[in-house]
Amino acid sequence: MADLRSNFVGIKSPNPFWLASAPPTDKEYNVRRAFQAGWGGVVWKTLGSEGPPVVNVNGPRYGVIHGPDRRVLGINNIELITDRPLEVNLREIKSVKRDYPDRALVISLMVPCDEQSWRDILARIEDTGADGVELNFGCPHGMSERGMGSAVGQVPEYIEMVTRWVKQYSRMPCIVKLTPNITDVRKPAEAAMRGGADAVSLINTINSITSVDLDLFAPQPTIDGKGAHGGYCGPAVKPIALNMVAEIARNPATYGLPISGIGGVTTWRDAAEFMALGAGTVQVCTAAMTYGFKVVQEMISGLRDYLDSHDMAMSDLIGRAVPNVTDWNQLNLNYVTKARIDQDLCIKCGRCYAACEDTSHQAIAMKPGRVFEVIEEECVACNLCLDVCPVENCIDMRELAVGEMDLRTGIRRGPYANWTTHPNNPMAVKAAE
Amino acid sequence: MSQARLAPGVVPGRLTPHELAANFADVAPPLTDHEARVAADRCYFCHDAPCITACPTSIDIPLFIRQIATGTPDAAAMTIFHANILGGMCGRVCPTETLCEGACVRMEAEGKPVAIGALQRYATDGLMAQGAHPFRRAVPTGKRIAVVGAGPAGLSAAHRLAAKGHDVTIYEARPKPGGLNEYGIASYKAVDGFAQAEVEWLLGIGGITLRHDQRLGRDITLESLRTEYDAVFLGMGLGGVNALRAEGEERRNVLDAVSFIRDLRQASDLATLPVGRDVVVIGGGMTAVDAAVQAKLLGAENVTIVYRRDQAQMGASRHEQDHATGSGVRIICNAAPVKIHGNGAVVEVEFAYTAIDPDGGLRLTGDRFRLKADQVFRAIGQRLDGVPETLALDGGKIGIAGPGRTSIPGVWAGGDCAAGGDDLTVTAVAEGRDAAEDIDAHLTGRPVELPG
Repeated sequence: MADLRSNFVGIKSPNPFWLASAPPTDKEYNVRRAFQAGWGGVVWKTLGSEGPPVVNVNGPRYGVIHGPDRRVLGINNIELITDRPLEVNLREIKSVKRDYPDRALVISLMVPCDEQSWRDILARIEDTGADGVELNFGCPHGMSERGMGSAVGQVPEYIEMVTRWVKQYSRMPCIVKLTPNITDVRKPAEAAMRGGADAVSLINTINSITSVDLDLFAPQPTIDGKGAHGGYCGPAVKPIALNMVAEIARNPATYGLPISGIGGVTTWRDAAEFMALGAGTVQVCTAAMTYGFKVVQEMISGLRDYLDSHDMAMSDLIGRAVPNVTDWNQLNLNYVTKARIDQDLCIKCGRCYAACEDTSHQAIAMKPGRVFEVIEEECVACNLCLDVCPVENCIDMRELAVGEMDLRTGIRRGPYANWTTHPNNPMAVKAAE
Repeated sequence: MSQARLAPGVVPGRLTPHELAANFADVAPPLTDHEARVAADRCYFCHDAPCITACPTSIDIPLFIRQIATGTPDAAAMTIFHANILGGMCGRVCPTETLCEGACVRMEAEGKPVAIGALQRYATDGLMAQGAHPFRRAVPTGKRIAVVGAGPAGLSAAHRLAAKGHDVTIYEARPKPGGLNEYGIASYKAVDGFAQAEVEWLLGIGGITLRHDQRLGRDITLESLRTEYDAVFLGMGLGGVNALRAEGEERRNVLDAVSFIRDLRQASDLATLPVGRDVVVIGGGMTAVDAAVQAKLLGAENVTIVYRRDQAQMGASRHEQDHATGSGVRIICNAAPVKIHGNGAVVEVEFAYTAIDPDGGLRLTGDRFRLKADQVFRAIGQRLDGVPETLALDGGKIGIAGPGRTSIPGVWAGGDCAAGGDDLTVTAVAEGRDAAEDIDAHLTGRPVELPG
């Protein structure tokens, strides 16, 4: 059976599934129950400086995007960092860590951008026995208005500066949590690395308005007729998160920098995908907020089954897809596929036809008896038909063998060739004569 | 337990009022908002959807379901009503398992269709409950049209004609409008006086005058209507009931199933309705099932449907048959009645098993059996009754060409009385609607507006 034990920048956990810094990890009661349910680690909800705790709104904090059957696809929130006294949090962290020495317990931090503030808090954290700290440079609402959170994460120089302080005043592993609310995620990651970060975690939430109340004419969640943008998370943000993780994983400047993947991890499969793109651990929030702590059990069994069935160790999985993330100009333009519809599986809904006929390449014929067939002479292999088909595996993309005629172009499939050498590319590199 | 439960003969009050109320409650209760959202989510919004093709009124089903799913059920109801003004009743009584739901691609995918009928009812009930009639009449045309029969065909035709600005008078033989919706379907399919409420709502468009107790051939003639009106639409259904042609058919308690169903629908107190302890229903259609199931629900101990051909040929859908057997009704196929035994009242029915000859004809075999019966219902079909001889017939019904045009100029027909179609409410609605469009085009030269 695959070994899921993880050692992430020296932080050990029985599995790579951590709860992200968020409402589920705000207090001892929750964290104990999460550990009982099987979570390998927890990033404690962000602590702030000593003093009067932050206050939260007393109206709704969350906005939601639903899929069919009210499946939660995305949640945004306008909650701030912990609103409980620092003392209480520290006492509880110590208590939990004492009882769960085998679990990862990382403390998320956000204090004002001055050296003393960071120095003060780090000393207090070290006393708790926690395994590491995560610097919250990502929170996009509320705290950012006060010069913290994503206000720091959007300025690489600040990231580097604060990370350096943390490494200077603490012996604990330091994970820098990045905001996606930037144009190029590689820059903050490079800054964190320069500052001495042991790892980065990403993504934090994305600036968002989930919906507008069409009676109140206000964003949701609505507080007394007004709304502020929140931070978006959940399954809907996973594609954005995967890309950002991959960008850092394949960036020569940050190559090998450990990554804790965050953003819409809902099942073992999502976790495996993050890991394949270089994440050593994953952090989860929305799935737990939607279904409860128990979801980790499916993640554990699923990842284990996957690794076993592929005869892989977890270390084989981490980063395995990174070499295959490339630039468009490296894609093989001589790779030709054609859609193929399995008539036995087809339920004759015609969605492939509507999609292709109305919005693509008119490459599906609708024949008497609602028989849908691909017209290979027209098919550009966009695979929209496959995407909209409600039946799994009913449509697949058949790869043409090298030398086989592409009926659309009338050209036989050639060997690998990409845009850099394509005759239509004015910048094409001439092959040596 | 009621005292009369096991009483022999045809007696009322076999069940307690409480049992009767439970038995005759809504057979398919309406969907809640949540159920409707979940059901609507299952629709794939198919291209050129097979459910639309399967609907005799061509309702744009994927569109109305999407309108429900996106929180606009009233718009969904309008999509339905534009194609089928009796969409409320059709959502309740259509044999959806053989029409839209039978064609749903989810049948192929999972063997479980989108609940189209229930969703249709959800949308239409919601809009109708708001009271106001949602259609407006066009500018008056000054044309007057007579409609014979206030059943599904007549009401559908009348509504569309009124909507187009014509003035319509409906002549109805019975004291109440609705036709088979009111008199001919099982009570538990349209509870709480829905048929009357629907007619009232439909008439809300205005421009329709309803005249009761006006039977064609008795109180009015086709000739006088033709003289008085610009066009006539005949939709009076089938007034006659086919005979068994079995010896002893005249014995007491051998009754028409349609009368039994009608009396049930009109009864103010089901405990006063007499029903046998051993009931035999002869026939294989929806009427047979409706009579048999309701006899059972009234407290009959043994109810048997006997049908002369194979089960596959029964007019009642498989779903209806299952509903019958699930209610405790026994179905015997391939047997025909030969003699009603008894002394005054029926006591037993003698049947002969049937066989199919090589030429396809049905033949009685020598193999016979008897069923104990104190009440027998004939449900072997209805026939046209009281139609002017001047009308050309086709297979015993009014012959039509195109959208309901009869052999007489200016006279259209639709619904059960007209040839063709499946004798379903929804077919009658379609035929009434299409005839109305044709009448309008004929009278005004305007183009026909049909869905699909």
